[in-house]
Amino acid sequence: MIAFLIRRLTQSGLVLLVMSLLVFIGVFAIGNPVDILINPDADQEEIERAIKALGLDKPMWEQYWIFLVNALQGDLGRSFVFNIPALQLIWQRMPATLELAGFAMFLSIFLGIPLGMIAGLKPDSWVGRTIMSGSILGFSLPTFWVGLMMILLFAVYLGWLPASGRGETVDVFGVPVSFLTLNGLSHILLPAINLALFKLSLTIRLARAGTREAMLMDYVKFARAKGLSNARVIMVHVFKNIMIPVVTVLGLELGNVIAFSVVTETIFSWPGMGKLIIDSINVLDRPVIVAYLLMTVSMFIVINLVVDIIYSMLDPRVRLGDMKS
Amino acid sequence: MKIETGFEQEISDPLGKKEISPLRRFISDFCESKVAVVGLSIICVIILIAIFAPLLSVQDPYDLAQLDIMDGRLPPGEVSGTGITFWLGSDDQGRDMLSGIFYGLRTSLGVGAMSAFIALIIGSSLGLTAAYFGGRIDSLIMRIVDIQLSFPAVLVALVLLAILGKGVDKIIIALVAVQWAYYARTVRGTALVERRKEYMEAARCLALSHSRLVFRHLLPNCMPPLIVVVTVQVAHAIALEATLSFLGIGLPVTEPSLGLLIANGFEYMLSGRYWISFFPGIALLLTIVSINLVGDQLRDVLNPRLQS
Repeated sequence: MIAFLIRRLTQSGLVLLVMSLLVFIGVFAIGNPVDILINPDADQEEIERAIKALGLDKPMWEQYWIFLVNALQGDLGRSFVFNIPALQLIWQRMPATLELAGFAMFLSIFLGIPLGMIAGLKPDSWVGRTIMSGSILGFSLPTFWVGLMMILLFAVYLGWLPASGRGETVDVFGVPVSFLTLNGLSHILLPAINLALFKLSLTIRLARAGTREAMLMDYVKFARAKGLSNARVIMVHVFKNIMIPVVTVLGLELGNVIAFSVVTETIFSWPGMGKLIIDSINVLDRPVIVAYLLMTVSMFIVINLVVDIIYSMLDPRVRLGDMKS
Repeated sequence: MKIETGFEQEISDPLGKKEISPLRRFISDFCESKVAVVGLSIICVIILIAIFAPLLSVQDPYDLAQLDIMDGRLPPGEVSGTGITFWLGSDDQGRDMLSGIFYGLRTSLGVGAMSAFIALIIGSSLGLTAAYFGGRIDSLIMRIVDIQLSFPAVLVALVLLAILGKGVDKIIIALVAVQWAYYARTVRGTALVERRKEYMEAARCLALSHSRLVFRHLLPNCMPPLIVVVTVQVAHAIALEATLSFLGIGLPVTEPSLGLLIANGFEYMLSGRYWISFFPGIALLLTIVSINLVGDQLRDVLNPRLQS
């Protein structure tokens, strides 16, 4: 276990180093760093002071070192647009993204598992077929377009739900959340469904396959023979056993949901990190771009590591030493 | 060469019985699924539309001189000031949506196919190298593949485009960077199995060069799973390109792909002008779904485990 952890941590550090080098080369070497890092509205004297302060008159490798040291101290520059430290800006936006991603995961689990189980119990009925066709559509439809169509239907034509923003928020431990107010809930519903669509289809498929497999098992026959009600067999015996693959896959997909929220947030103007990065790219707010890239990559490295560790604890058959990534 | 061909004939026709050619069998297997045939026909039509877009369109949507802002945002079926009927409506700049979609398909398919092709070459070369030589090269390449695949495709593309900027060449670079790892992994997996088979041993006994062994003997036998991955990845590439262009970080505005057309219509949708986003989306959807249908059927036909 310790050997595994050390190896994974070394590898994670290496990936982060490569990533920082890539971002550094991209931002500092390809473009002109003076244009990129210093506010274009600054006057000549200010620019010169900034060049000195950022060490842009030093050789390349030394600049990279300074960049690294600053990054490790959490100093990734100030946003041109908001004029606050880039890192702080991202921290402010992160709860909104995590809330959206969490809510989407919640939806895909609590809708996907029952739907998948129904489809698995009655695979040949029209209900089962409809659910499966729906999940195939969920896989093939381009998510961003579905989001637009959802706005068109529910916000423009029917007028049931708002199309953008976060609505009213309530502070929980100092972090604003939307899903606790009715207004906020109506705002989060459309983006969360949109973000959940792909995972929902995946969960339905997993739950359906799991149910069909479990229904043929001896323990189900035995439970039936004991005279247990159909409901109990399904709710307790089958349900428990299909949870293992579902939890595993969804855990691995959490990162994907966070990454894809970039698209959903842009469509629904959800004020999270995803919308922030797209806005920053559009107005060339480079410190924020750099900070976002380094932050997300670090976040992913942590998520991957945690998922691997949890996975090995849940399923003792997985030997950590054998795991690759 | 001569020895090889003589040998082959003898084996394939041992009792003088006429065999159905593999291609024939493949085609008839493929046609067993009606849905896949429909999908393939749609793809063919879409490809033809993309190639002959200039002939089929009533106007050149990229030529601003032909566009009249007065014709902007007309609903489907309206006639423009110059007498063109906008069957699918027009966008904010007075561009005929149907022509826009034809040209957009061109860009989307072109970018998708091009990136899949480059990724195929890079990915399968690396995968073959890894499988053929094994050892350190193998573990190094596969470690990079694993690390790359642990990051979502959208994120990798976003990182690259944020650094590189907009443009057709840049989005192709980003798509290639996202996709190569899938090819590398598929090819390596197949090649590891194929490498141990007798025909490879025989070829090695003939003291053929490494490159000949890899490209003439190993690669052709790794093709079936690779073809399936190519179809799936082309669909992925098209969807990803549309998504990135929609976000405004993919293709430049001067060459609208389907994603950009959809993005253009986004701001007008809230006032009920659905057609600017709706129809390009349908075109995108048809393309992706048909490619996936064909890919599914190819997977069934080419999978030796499923063949009776």
